[in-house]
Amino acid sequence: MSAPAIRIAGVRKRYGQLKALDGIDLEVQQGEFFGLLGPNGAGKTTLISALAGLTRVDEGELAVMGHDVVADYRQARRKLGVVPQELVFDPFFSVREALRLQSGYFGIRRNDTWIDEILASLDLTHKADANMRMLSGGMKRRVLVAQALVHRPPVIVLDEPTAGVDVELRQGLWQFIRRLNRDGHTIVLTTHYLEEAQTLCNRIAMLKAGRVVALDTTDNLLARFASRILRVRLSAPIGLDFLPGARDAGHGWVEIPFESYGEVEDMLSRIRLTGGQVEDMVLGEPDLEKVFMGVMHEA
Amino acid sequence: MRPEPVRFAGFRTLLYKEILRFWKVSFQTVGAPVLTAVLYLLIFSHVLDRHVTVYGDVPYTVFLVPGLVMMSVLQNAFANTSSSLIQSKITGNIVFMLLPPISYREFFAAYVLAAIVRGAFVGMGVILVSLLMVSLPVVAPGWIIAFALMGGAILASFGMIAGIWADKFDQLSAFQNFLIMPLTMLSGVFYSIHSLPPVWQTVSHLNPFFYMIDGFRYGFFGQSDVSPWVSLGVVSACFVVLAILTLSMLARGYKLRA
Repeated sequence: MSAPAIRIAGVRKRYGQLKALDGIDLEVQQGEFFGLLGPNGAGKTTLISALAGLTRVDEGELAVMGHDVVADYRQARRKLGVVPQELVFDPFFSVREALRLQSGYFGIRRNDTWIDEILASLDLTHKADANMRMLSGGMKRRVLVAQALVHRPPVIVLDEPTAGVDVELRQGLWQFIRRLNRDGHTIVLTTHYLEEAQTLCNRIAMLKAGRVVALDTTDNLLARFASRILRVRLSAPIGLDFLPGARDAGHGWVEIPFESYGEVEDMLSRIRLTGGQVEDMVLGEPDLEKVFMGVMHEA
Repeated sequence: MRPEPVRFAGFRTLLYKEILRFWKVSFQTVGAPVLTAVLYLLIFSHVLDRHVTVYGDVPYTVFLVPGLVMMSVLQNAFANTSSSLIQSKITGNIVFMLLPPISYREFFAAYVLAAIVRGAFVGMGVILVSLLMVSLPVVAPGWIIAFALMGGAILASFGMIAGIWADKFDQLSAFQNFLIMPLTMLSGVFYSIHSLPPVWQTVSHLNPFFYMIDGFRYGFFGQSDVSPWVSLGVVSACFVVLAILTLSMLARGYKLRA
C-alpha cells in the first residue's frame, strides 16, 4: 500500500503556556483534496509550519509521502509545496528570477519549460520580467502559488490562498488547483471561506485550540451536522408544533428542517390544512458554515 | 516527469542569489564603500604623508592602503550577511530559503562565500583606485589572499550571527556601531601598534581584528607587528569559534525555525 501523502501522529507544540497543537493525529491520503478548517488561533498555520519544517514540534511525528520531516527532511521537503499565508516576496528579483531561484533551491536547474507552463497557467506570462515590487497583491499571490509548484511537488499545501483576492482571480486559482488535483496532486487547503472548502474538499478536519474536533468526508459532515431547510413566509402566524424542529426565523419567516425533498409536499399541505398561507418559500441546502458553527459550539 | 535534483544545486543557487542580490545594487554595495575608503585615503594621506613613515621607510599613504582595503573587506562582508538575513527575516521572504531541502551547512557556506565575494569586489576596487595615487609593493600574495579570505569569512559569520539574532534594524545597527566599528578602528588600520604606548599595544593584542589587518599588511610589505603565522593562528581560531557558533544557531533553527 502506498504511504499516505501526509501522516501526523501525536503532534504537540507549546508556546509558553499556550498549547498550539495538543495531540494531533491525522492522515491525508494521496490524491485527496483535504480541508483544514478552524477559527483563528486553532493551530492550522502551526501545523502547516511543522509539516514544512518551519516549526519544530515538542512531541510527535510528521511525514510527507512517507518521509519524516526531520530525519528525512530533504525528501520530505522535495515532496511538499507550501503557499504561505503572508504575501511575502523578495524585492530584488523579477518573477522569472524568483521562480528560477526557487527551482534551484530544490535542486532543479534549467527548469524554464515548466516555469513557462506555470506562468501561463496562472496568467503571469506577461509579468515574467516584472520586478516583484511592481505586482498587485493578487499577482503576488499567484507568484507564491507558482513558487510552491516550481519543483512539481506531489503534495501542495495552501494556507489561506484566497485571502484578499478578488472573485475573478479566486475562480481562476481554484480552476488551476482543481486541475492539479485531477492530475494526481494531493491538496491541503486552509481557508476561512467555508463555501470554498465545501465545494472543493472531499474530506475536512476541523481544529479548535490545537485539537482535531471533527474529521470526516465533507458529505458526512454535512449529513451529520446540517440538514436541508424549508423557509416559508406565512401571511399570518400559526402554531407549527406539528412540524418537528420548526422555528421562528423572524420577519414572518419560519424554518423547518427536513431530510429529503419528498417531505416538502407533505409539510406544505399540513401548513395549508392548519390554515396557514404561504406567501414566499426558499429551499436551503445544508452548508458547511452551519456544520462549522455546530462543531465549534459542541467542542 | 519530475527532474532529478542536482547535488549541491541548492547551495549553488543560494550562493548565486546572494551574489546577485548585492550585485543588483552594486552602486550602493560596492561603489559607495570604495568611495568611502578612497576619501579616507585622500584625507589621511594629505594630512600625514609628509610627517609619518612606518616600518622604516614606507610612506604613510602606502602603509595606509592595505589597512583600508582590509577594513573595507571586513565591513562589507559583515554588511552582506547581516543585512541580507535581517531583510529576509523582516519581510518574511526567508521562508523561500527555509522551505527547500538546503542543509544548515549549505546555508552557512553560501552566505559566507557570497559575503567574501562582496568583500573581495570592494577590496579590489579600493586597490585599483589607490594604484592611481601610490605604488603598492606586493611581497607575499599568498598571505594577502589568505587573510582576505579568513577576515571576510570571520566577519561574514559575525554578520550571520547578528542578522539571525537581531529582530530589528536598530539592534543590528547597535551590533555594528558598538562592536564591529570600534574593533575595526582600533585594529591598526591607520597606524602601526608600535607607535602606541605599551599598555595600548597589549590591549591591541587582544583585538582579533588587529591580527587580520597585520597579517594582510605583511603580504604587501613583508613586515608586520607580529609574525603572520601567529596572526593566521589567531584568525583561524576565531573563524572556527564563530563558525561553530553560527552553525549551531542554524542547526537549532534559532530565531529562524520556531
